[in-house]
Amino acid sequence: MFATLSDRINAAVSSLRGRGRLSDADIAASIAEIRRALLDADVALPVVRDFTATVRERAEAAEVSRALNPAQQIVKIVHEELTRILGGATREISFAKRPPTVIMLAGLQGAGKTTLAGKLGKWLRDAGHTPLLVASDLQRPNAVQQLEIVGRGAGVAVWSPEPGNGVGDPVEVARTGVAHAREQFYDVVVVDTAGRLGIDAELMQQAADIRDAVRPDETFFVIDAMIGQDAVTTANAFAQGVGFTGVVLSKLDGDARGGAALSVSSVTGKPVMFASTGEKVGDFERFHADRMASRILDMGDMMTLIEQA
Amino acid sequence: VRLRSRLARSGVLGQALLGVLGRDHLDEAAWEELEETLLQADLGIDPTTALLANLRTRLRVDGTRDPAAVRALLRELLLEQVDPGMDRSLATSPVLGADGEPRPATVLVVGVNGTGKTTTVGKLARLLVAQDRDVVLGAADTFRAAAADQLATWGARVGVDVVRSDRDGADPASVAHDAVTAGAQAGADVVIIDTAGRLQNKAGLMDELGKIVRVASRTAPIAESLLVLDATTGQNGLRQARVFAEVAHLTGIVLTKLDGSAKGGIVVAVQRELGIPVKLVGLGEGADDLAPFVPEEFVDALLG
Ligand SMILES: Nc1nc2c(ncn2[C@@H]2O[C@H](COP(=O)(O)OP(=O)(O)OP(=O)(O)O)[C@@H](O)[C@H]2O)c(=O)[nH]1
Ligand SMILES: Nc1nc2c(ncn2[C@@H]2O[C@H](COP(=O)(O)OP(=O)(O)OP(=O)(O)O)[C@@H](O)[C@H]2O)c(=O)[nH]1
Ligand SMILES: [Mg+2]
Ligand SMILES: [Mg+2]
Repeated sequence: MFATLSDRINAAVSSLRGRGRLSDADIAASIAEIRRALLDADVALPVVRDFTATVRERAEAAEVSRALNPAQQIVKIVHEELTRILGGATREISFAKRPPTVIMLAGLQGAGKTTLAGKLGKWLRDAGHTPLLVASDLQRPNAVQQLEIVGRGAGVAVWSPEPGNGVGDPVEVARTGVAHAREQFYDVVVVDTAGRLGIDAELMQQAADIRDAVRPDETFFVIDAMIGQDAVTTANAFAQGVGFTGVVLSKLDGDARGGAALSVSSVTGKPVMFASTGEKVGDFERFHADRMASRILDMGDMMTLIEQA
Repeated sequence: VRLRSRLARSGVLGQALLGVLGRDHLDEAAWEELEETLLQADLGIDPTTALLANLRTRLRVDGTRDPAAVRALLRELLLEQVDPGMDRSLATSPVLGADGEPRPATVLVVGVNGTGKTTTVGKLARLLVAQDRDVVLGAADTFRAAAADQLATWGARVGVDVVRSDRDGADPASVAHDAVTAGAQAGADVVIIDTAGRLQNKAGLMDELGKIVRVASRTAPIAESLLVLDATTGQNGLRQARVFAEVAHLTGIVLTKLDGSAKGGIVVAVQRELGIPVKLVGLGEGADDLAPFVPEEFVDALLG
């Protein structure tokens, strides 16, 4: 019953309304609960540390409000800070001045890149674009076929000159894909790439080679919402290895709290731009920082109260 | 040895620990660092707190200050959590059917999306073929794009037959049934069934899995029901295991992608709470990148 963070902070905070400041003991007890909740939500440790320090500072400085009790006040500060970090740099896809716009997808194995290619394709098409999906994963068994089927489902063309399963050069496919788009007047190219580990130097170099060959306008780092403490290590490895301009959080239809979102955006400074929310081609939406903040800390109920106050 | 050397590449935890334990006594900062290093491995806050409380008590009782002894004690406590005594063998010998006739051992492979189920089925088939077992694969993922083709590629790669439906979206339970039947007819030793990835909070998909389980165990009990867990998974891994254990009567866990920088510490909580042993680990995308889970190696990898 007392599972949510707001409940736990409520239980931890003892001081009554009407004092000028939140008491140090209340703040300390609340910070301990916040830390615990963040860790349960898989927020990366360095981020937890920074975050709790910021919240502590703000809480110490805060004048006690008339409308809110101390617990509500702390929850409000936490929520505002989370939303600030998560939504700090929210923006639109930046389209190239001279088409085609190139969007490259990168991430760990099984993160949801190929599925996302189809979703992006459909989303772009619905917005009046003419996208082309490019099959540059020539490694994972039947990845090319998977993208072809996904493209068909999205009603979007697929460039797949090589059969894959170890045959063909992914850099070359990416290059010819963009050239093909230019000739045939496709205005957006989405390049699907093989999954790779952050510590795999060879494959990371291949991703950098694909990047250099197509000069993407956007590179999306696709990350599974269920990921744990490895999120930061991996995000940093991709940031260094290929560089990315935005993050897409996948499998948000699950019940993971999704601390990865906070971890990755706060460590790399890149915005989470989209959320993938299912296996079907339409399960795709813009990322909502405020919803994510409530989800990470499981505190929707308290926020509603605060908003009403 | 192999696991260890692969994992050692990312020994951040180990280095921090060595640093902590290199001091001549443990101050509060050192304890904090210890805690952080365990959390970093996805052990989870509760198991970490419990483990460190235990360590404190033991150190007090033993009066130990020597860093090497502290380290040995921590390793011992961690190892205890991972429980080396569990039976981690795979049940892949033919079983007796309801009719008293021998049937191939059915191995069911389940898990959330993208963890490495299909790849694990391929690798496991390779392992069994190397032991001269006759294996048949069943492509009961009829949902994801090109899933059956992916399994067929694995079948060809390791030289085993794959039973699949000729159309997408077919009933996965009936494909599982066909695979079990075909395996029995062919006199196979083992039938491995690949299933579609499904998130444990989707009731409809979990019901579908329940049906696959019922149908696959109609003529003989399922020999192994393996949950494939991705080592990068955080605290959600425990929720996954709880629900899948209920629906699919899990007998073991396969921890994949341990060749990356993630430690897979969530399996410690999973094993403790559910008593389901980790049996195998995935160490890459190739056919031979599957190894038995060795608790000592896993713990040493955690400690660097
Ligand atoms: N429930 C759910 N499943 C998803 C989502 N996105 C992808 N998936 C599933 O996750 C699995 C992996 O997705 P892929 O698109 O193949 O992932 P990938 O990153 O291309 O994988 P590799 O190419 O092997 O590295 C598939 O079963 C997808 O159907 C999502 O948002 N929600
Ligand atoms: N590095 C590494 N990659 C792996 C391992 N096991 C699987 N993979 C990769 O992870 C990705 C997903 O693997 P799959 O076997 O398709 O996963 P799945 O669970 O069958 O996925 P769905 O059926 O879509 O739910 C592929 O790119 C695999 O090559 C492993 O142990 N290490
Ligand atoms: Mg893919
Ligand atoms: Mg699969």
